[in-house]
Amino acid sequence: MTIQTLHDAIEVHVRDGDSVALEGFTHLIPFAAGQEIIRQRKRDLHLIRMTPDLVYDQMIGAGCARALTFSWGGNPGVGSAHRLRDAVESGWPGPLEIHEHSHAGMAAAYTAGAARLPFGMLRGYIGTDLPGVNPDIRHVLCPYTGESLATVPAINPDVTILHAQKADRRGNILISGILGAQKEAGLAASRLIVTVEEIVDELDAPMNAVVLPHWIVTAVACVPAGAWPSYARGYYPRDNAFYIAWDEISRDRGAFTDWIDRHVRGTTDHTGFLASLRAVGGVP
Amino acid sequence: MTIAPWTPDEMMTVTASRLLWNGCVCFVGIGLPSAAANLARLLHAPEIVLIYESGTIGTRPEVLPLSIGDGELAETASAVVPLPEIFAYWLQGGRVDVGFLGAAQIDRHGNLNSTVIGPYDSPKTRLPGAGGAPEIATNAKQVFVVLKQSPRSFVPKMGFVSSAGFLGGSGERRRSGARGAGPQAIITDYGVMRPHSQTDEFELVSRYEHVTVADAVAATGWPLKVAESVDVVAPPSAEELEILRDLHRRTREAHSRPVRLPV
Repeated sequence: MTIQTLHDAIEVHVRDGDSVALEGFTHLIPFAAGQEIIRQRKRDLHLIRMTPDLVYDQMIGAGCARALTFSWGGNPGVGSAHRLRDAVESGWPGPLEIHEHSHAGMAAAYTAGAARLPFGMLRGYIGTDLPGVNPDIRHVLCPYTGESLATVPAINPDVTILHAQKADRRGNILISGILGAQKEAGLAASRLIVTVEEIVDELDAPMNAVVLPHWIVTAVACVPAGAWPSYARGYYPRDNAFYIAWDEISRDRGAFTDWIDRHVRGTTDHTGFLASLRAVGGVP
Repeated sequence: MTIAPWTPDEMMTVTASRLLWNGCVCFVGIGLPSAAANLARLLHAPEIVLIYESGTIGTRPEVLPLSIGDGELAETASAVVPLPEIFAYWLQGGRVDVGFLGAAQIDRHGNLNSTVIGPYDSPKTRLPGAGGAPEIATNAKQVFVVLKQSPRSFVPKMGFVSSAGFLGGSGERRRSGARGAGPQAIITDYGVMRPHSQTDEFELVSRYEHVTVADAVAATGWPLKVAESVDVVAPPSAEELEILRDLHRRTREAHSRPVRLPV
């Protein structure tokens, strides 16, 4: 485990062509890390995420992605993820290969990945057309009952990136609140980068809290507000107004590209990004 | 159609909320299902157990969430569990009485599409996708669907089935291995549809005061069957409307509150 700047962590540990999972289910979404990937113009990534919402909308629209594995892709409570839609419907800014699942299927795939099993299993996808468009969804007969059960190949990303509340100086990570599949995605990966709100001397973790021990973590970067516009329980709430505003920003290719060029590519780090957006009233 | 002193959304939400009972375990989708489930909790079902797929169990939000994982859902929950657990242990484990779903399209057998309109590989409209719905639709003991009616959303032939209803009908679902009984009610802005006991085809069983059976049939993309007698749904009571409007007012206030960042 190394404590690094976000710039260095992304530069060293995310390579063009990697499979990359940014997890966090509406809570603790590693937005700053996604934007640093855009800033460094990483290419041909196979993005993996249960809910590719705004963070992947930005990365896909900015041309970082070659493929996407997902189970729900929209702007939660608002509508479409316009950049994702444009990529799938019109191949802009480039073709995007999609591997589509249900949430339960992806959860099973991450769990298998964390357990280093070849596949996950569930009583799922019954009667749906998803297996017809995703040949990764297959079936196995239970050796005990003969029941047909759905299988999904394990997800083992080259890199998983998470955002968490705290790390201590050794790099132990504490997460509290809505967890999504963060623990599974972290344990399934070859490399694990975690951005945190703060680095503290003592985690003071309740006994059964989710702690990712330092020896499974590759790099930690301290990035306050690194989950904005999603939220970090105990630090700041979800910025619902930005999710609503994103609908307009992202609808048009030109407006989107201007926004990315100005606020993400035109700044050097997350502090600069927030300052740049604040100057136009885009950040509280 | 005549003009009612409440909106179609309010009528739908109130009607859907009345289907939920005290103590029932309800797996809730965002939007109208979430509004209806919370209205039930604030009215006749104070002990209803609301589960959102973000892993919040027994949540009692003061305001409606914009997203499925708003902080409010976690802070007011009796337990917050990891997402793989909510799907494996709680939903697949058979602990959910009612799955409450919306969709973009539905067909006469209650199959749902939230994936794509047009060919999958070259879509006319790419929708967000199925999310948690495929397994909610088959593992919850029963399913209620809330969806506004129009010939574009109530379609004669489904291009893509994201979540199973009764599949082709006449018992096909029972033979599919799905554990739950499937969709038992579709609540629309015209009334309520229920599946026929033999064919599994949905038919109109009740309508709202301000619409006619002909209106409901015209708003359906297939020749909608109509039950022998169609009840009129009781209009929203003053109490139902007041609590629902108050919930929406609190929600609007909460969601427009400015956020403060630590940096």
